Amino acid sequence: MKYSIFSLARAALTGHRGWTRAWRDPAPKSRYDVIIIGGGGHGLATAYFLAREYGIRNVAVLEKGWIGSGNAGRNTTIIRSNYMLPGNVGFYELSMKLWERMEQDLNYNTMVSQRGIINLYHSDAQRDAFARRGNSMRINGIDAELLDAAQIRKELPFLNYANPRFPIMGGLAQRRGGTARHDAVVWGYARAANDLGVDIIQNCEVTGFQRTDGRITGVETTRGPIGAGKVGMAVAGNTSRVAAMAGLRLPVESHVLQAFVTEAIKPLLPGVVTFGAGHFYISQSDKGGLVFGGDLDGYNSYAQRGNMPAMEDVCEGGMAIMPMIGRVRLLRQWGGIMDMSMDGTPIIDKTPVDGLYLNAGWCYGGFKATPASGLTYAHLIARDEPHHEASRFRLDRFLRGATIDEKGQGAQPNLH
Amino acid sequence: MRIACPFCGERELGEFSYLGDAAPRRPHYAVDDGSDPVKLAEAFHDYVYLRDNVAGTMREYWYHGGGCRSWLIAERDTRTHEFKSVQVAPGAGASVTSPAGE
Amino acid sequence: MSGYIESQPLGRTAATEDAAANTPAAGATQSHRLRAGGLIDRQKPLGFTFDGKAMTGYAGDTLASALVANGVKLVARSFKYHRPRGIMTAGPEEPSALVEMRGGARREPNTRATTQELYDGLCANSQNRWPSLRRDFMAVNSLLSPIFVAGFYYKTFMWPAKFWEAIYEPMIRRAAGLGKSAGEADPDHYDKVWAHCDVLVAGAGPTGLSAALAAGRAGARVILVEEDTQLGGRLLSDGGEIDGMQAAEWVQRTEAELNALPNVRIMKRTCLFGVYDGGVHGALERVADHVPVPGPHQVRQRLWRIVARRSVVGAGSIERPVVFPGNDRPGVMMASAVRTYINRFAALPGRNVALFTNNDDGWRTVEAIHRAGGQLAAVVDPRGQAPVEYQSLVKASGLRVLSGFVSDVRGGIDGVRSVTVTGKDGRRQELAADCLAVSGGWNPNVGLSCFHRGRPEWREDIAAFVPGDCPPGMRMAGAAEGTFALGECLRAGHAAGLAAASDCGFTEDGGSAAEAGDEAYAISPLWQVPAKGKAFVDFQHDVTASDVTLAQREGYESVEHLKRYTTLGMATDQGKTSNINGLAIMAAVSGRSIPQTGTTIYRSPYSPVAIGAFAGHNRDENFHAWRLAPSHQWAAARGAVFVDAGLWKRAQWFPQPGESDWLQSVSREVNAVRNGVGFCDVSTLGKVDVRGGDAGVFLDRVYINAFSSLAVGRARYGLMLREDGIVMDDGTTSRLAEDHYFMTTTTAKAGPVMQHLEFCRQVLWPELDVQLSSATDQWAQFSIAGPNTRALLQALCDPDEDLSNEGFPFMGVREVKLRGGMKARLFRISFSGEMAFEISVPARFGNAMAENLMIAGKPFGVTPYGTEALGVMRIEKGHVAGPELNGISTADDLGLGKMMSKKKDFIGRIMAGREALTAPDRQVVVGIKPVDRNRRLRSGARIVPKGERPGPETDQGYTTSICFSPTLNHWLGLAFVQRGRERFGEIVRIHDPLRGEEYDAEICNPVFYDPEGVRQRG
Repeated sequence: MKYSIFSLARAALTGHRGWTRAWRDPAPKSRYDVIIIGGGGHGLATAYFLAREYGIRNVAVLEKGWIGSGNAGRNTTIIRSNYMLPGNVGFYELSMKLWERMEQDLNYNTMVSQRGIINLYHSDAQRDAFARRGNSMRINGIDAELLDAAQIRKELPFLNYANPRFPIMGGLAQRRGGTARHDAVVWGYARAANDLGVDIIQNCEVTGFQRTDGRITGVETTRGPIGAGKVGMAVAGNTSRVAAMAGLRLPVESHVLQAFVTEAIKPLLPGVVTFGAGHFYISQSDKGGLVFGGDLDGYNSYAQRGNMPAMEDVCEGGMAIMPMIGRVRLLRQWGGIMDMSMDGTPIIDKTPVDGLYLNAGWCYGGFKATPASGLTYAHLIARDEPHHEASRFRLDRFLRGATIDEKGQGAQPNLH
Repeated sequence: MRIACPFCGERELGEFSYLGDAAPRRPHYAVDDGSDPVKLAEAFHDYVYLRDNVAGTMREYWYHGGGCRSWLIAERDTRTHEFKSVQVAPGAGASVTSPAGE
Repeated sequence: MSGYIESQPLGRTAATEDAAANTPAAGATQSHRLRAGGLIDRQKPLGFTFDGKAMTGYAGDTLASALVANGVKLVARSFKYHRPRGIMTAGPEEPSALVEMRGGARREPNTRATTQELYDGLCANSQNRWPSLRRDFMAVNSLLSPIFVAGFYYKTFMWPAKFWEAIYEPMIRRAAGLGKSAGEADPDHYDKVWAHCDVLVAGAGPTGLSAALAAGRAGARVILVEEDTQLGGRLLSDGGEIDGMQAAEWVQRTEAELNALPNVRIMKRTCLFGVYDGGVHGALERVADHVPVPGPHQVRQRLWRIVARRSVVGAGSIERPVVFPGNDRPGVMMASAVRTYINRFAALPGRNVALFTNNDDGWRTVEAIHRAGGQLAAVVDPRGQAPVEYQSLVKASGLRVLSGFVSDVRGGIDGVRSVTVTGKDGRRQELAADCLAVSGGWNPNVGLSCFHRGRPEWREDIAAFVPGDCPPGMRMAGAAEGTFALGECLRAGHAAGLAAASDCGFTEDGGSAAEAGDEAYAISPLWQVPAKGKAFVDFQHDVTASDVTLAQREGYESVEHLKRYTTLGMATDQGKTSNINGLAIMAAVSGRSIPQTGTTIYRSPYSPVAIGAFAGHNRDENFHAWRLAPSHQWAAARGAVFVDAGLWKRAQWFPQPGESDWLQSVSREVNAVRNGVGFCDVSTLGKVDVRGGDAGVFLDRVYINAFSSLAVGRARYGLMLREDGIVMDDGTTSRLAEDHYFMTTTTAKAGPVMQHLEFCRQVLWPELDVQLSSATDQWAQFSIAGPNTRALLQALCDPDEDLSNEGFPFMGVREVKLRGGMKARLFRISFSGEMAFEISVPARFGNAMAENLMIAGKPFGVTPYGTEALGVMRIEKGHVAGPELNGISTADDLGLGKMMSKKKDFIGRIMAGREALTAPDRQVVVGIKPVDRNRRLRSGARIVPKGERPGPETDQGYTTSICFSPTLNHWLGLAFVQRGRERFGEIVRIHDPLRGEEYDAEICNPVFYDPEGVRQRG
């Protein structure tokens, strides 16, 4: 049923009894052309693009819990394409362009809101680094502005301009950045993929791979074996565990990243503000809660929860840059398991195992990548060659030395 | 989270920094020892980049930089964060075999 | 019927008056205050205002109890439909009665009136309404509620696309949110502290008190935290008899005994909000929230990190509402809250109360109302009759007991007028009442048990979830664990306290548990009344029963989908009163059992915590630690401008009178060095002492170049890589003795390099005889540079010291004696390209050394210089630094590839040989200068071949370190350019779209100044 103000008004007349399921709840078929493991944003987007762009509709998305239960449902909802290095720049801009038409594509209001993102700088060295990044964006046709302190003060008068350690000297702005409603992205892709014939199967955990002559021919699941022509993994956070079932060892570690939301307050922050020097970034949801976060806890974890030092560190950053939120109360904290790759950049590639594909290593930035990840991964699976905008996200780049390291931290995942 | 340093006793997380899995060992070689350069590069690639990323009890490096500056090896469950043991790390990363000898 | 004061007209409103000056006479406004009883201090009347109206209460009141005593029903508006809401509970689970406290920089949104202690002069306002609480225009949303159902916004607002940011979203944002945050920095202070104990007891109700007593007697170090102002928990509201005395007396005696135990610490106003790994617990102490402004040197709140070996959580239970039409109206209140207001606060929530309960505990309310002399309209119990122990009371008082449900509540913004009761037979009757007390049973407060992702378990007999797997070391006890009877709670607490102490090795006599009766608790589960109308599940977020049904219909069946689709349980109360009802309704409509449906994940904090408390004192100048260079005081006294370099404050330049901008000062400093002599504090560089028989071998392995071959008394520039082959750091390392090297690192990497070296030493090569110690803080080191350096040093050093080129050659190192006999280390190294030395003395002499350099250098016009001049001179000299050591450059990218030894293994050697890192088209460091020499260069600009259109394919590099060179009198700098070293002399186009600039520049050798290095060897 198409969603619109008219269908909503019609439904209201009958007490909304006419709505049907947003996606079906099918039993698994015995075989699919493509199985995507992982019903998060990336997996569902991949299924959607396989069906819509590449005409492959006999597709199942297998989700061990409820769709969106991984990082798609536990991020800070920021979208942006303010990257610097070749390989990243074009990919994230492709993603941004897909965000910009998502609601019309999916007929689902995912609340993509381009209220802007501003990265603050506090020193000449930081300004120079942002200038380098901003010019890289501009030369690639992406919007970026370098703001000085006076311009920042005009837009964000409530920041702390008197912090003696981190005086605000300016910021790099991307006006097209912003936020989107994370759960709605999951549901929107699920519904749209479902409408194109994709089976979304929840509570179905993959427990092993079926192989014939080395080639993947299907998966074992908690709901029985399912055959497949091709199998794609989109299980960020648990990539290593799933890949290990196929005998793969990957340049990925799982780390916990915490995020926080406050009680709802009246509108305060227009867009996203990042205070990188103080390990803090923040935005305000449409509901009114301040949504914020900072650095990884710093140790390998599958526990989906973090510890107090990281919470304190993040709140200290918040108070340093925005001391007027001191009395606003932290309502909830949660932890997501990040697929930290060794260079801080994702992997979208074939694996050494025939018929098995890899989408992994999204670090803390997977949400904004959702649409482009889906499109380029679908391309790879359908065509067996990388999409040009994801052509550098190869698995062998570590062996070749062609890593893409935006932060320059090397092979230490907890520093990316 | 608290870590029982064998030298300093139980201390708070903030005194330590983390390096990760203690399983990989640095490949040993000597210049001109006849090692196959491709194999050597692969061995270093595995050492630097590939990780088991254990879901369960993992042996891992912690550095007590805010204390005795010892490198430690902890056994910790990555699913629960529970520490099973903490020991000093001498020699843990040294390889005993050379890829040339394999 | 004369239990309360006769109603007084409220008369004046204080909207235009100064509230403090017009405080009404004590008691005058308290129309619903009982004449006697309660735990309030009638000798201490307190004036306060709500929405500008002046009222009074007493010490011991909460804001909510004072409002109840003043007959106030309407307190707030709901989140979505702006429905009028009153006070529903008497505790931290309150979903409705949220107010804005205080004002100005201390304005505090969303404070629960039920936990806010009353103080004299308290000023609270309602929120989320316009223009006023009584007339709220946004209540129009309520009329639109047929459309504004769960998730409606996902189905609309999509056309036209641009309207989302421009119109729809701003509208939604303005309507959403609750209170307003302060507009300026929080002026109060917060503290963060640690505490350690054997047994942490959370909650000081009968369970917690018993546990603390048992563990304390057994000898364990006990901390007892209680979020209330007094110990007692539900005993403060429901009383009872313990060990043959009144509960209040037992609480008093227990508190006295606990206070007498030196190993027990009681912390009131302290809420345990989380449990983390390793026995770390988070608790928040409200130090000064019950006074208008914290006292001098007093913090507002204190964040406690309590490390406990064991914990006993007696967090009690939370009474659960029932879902029926009209259940959100002001005047509908939880039955236990009605009892709390009557018994603890001597305030009567209504003069004619109807009670709706499905369980025995709700019936206690009958007694409370009777004792207070209040009137009971009827008791509605779907079970049809009173529990056995109440039957005689029912008979004696002629109380009406109706079998059935409350199916509607009528009333307005000023409270309940009547209650509609539908009998089991479907017959409806309307009862006049001004308050409806509701009890749907009790939910054990399991939150803390689930913070390590343990899942609670369903217990059919009490129709509630009880704790499942608890975090390590935690015991849930009493009502929190599903044990409701008083005697049972006392015994459970006692047993848990003893067991926890025993786990920690404390086995002294813990005494026996206090005794009390075990009242029965029978319940007939009732989640939703079968009746038409808006029936609320989540009161704050306006989630109704039909929203839950709609979510199920659309496939959002998982409880997590339910929560996210409808926002059920995401309000400030985190679903304390709504989650279980919501999932029970979901279970019913989806044909699953409640345990099959399951709960959402409980998340800390248990109760919301101010961000300021998590930050503590670490804000403003104390956000990060400060590190001061050894000559900082001296530099500050000379008026230096400082710059942050990591944690360090470094002198950036030293302005002189008459200089109008930084460039003038910096250029003067550079010229002074190039033509005379200057000095700069370089102590912030990392310094590492490397000693031992294998020190040279060790350095050979960490640096790409050789150090074992370095002669004693010599220094060498060294470059180290990460194991992935990328440059990690550089610096100069000297050999002071056969077995003693002195390494320097960059300022930024001092810590990481030390950690790396220790890793290599301890983990990789423990067989080497080498010891490391950080000496960064031990030495004050100054660079002295310029043609007159030697003359200055001769004046500073003992006349016997030979500083000539022969006696002290370039890259020489030795200890020298200064005039006066003090010893110093002298290194003949140069970053500026001039004849230069670095001199090291113990750090405590840093300020004195700077002064002595000024004195010794006076005849030569010595000039102190800062990091800017240092930077200008290194760029002129083509030395790489931070902007080039960017974590992705190879040694060869920096022009230092030839340093890589081919004769030895070193960290990073193998990985540095990978194809992409040795590709010929990599971007390498070059010099860059503008073709128009008057033009300013800037860092971060892109470099494109001349005549090409800028784009991803033509982008060949970028500028990094840029300066104005006073030596060459134009702007110049370093850049990364593809194949740059083959392109010296080529004119390229600089694109700087961020700053709207575009111009030609020439690629050149990065060494702009004295490329032969004559001057530094002179």
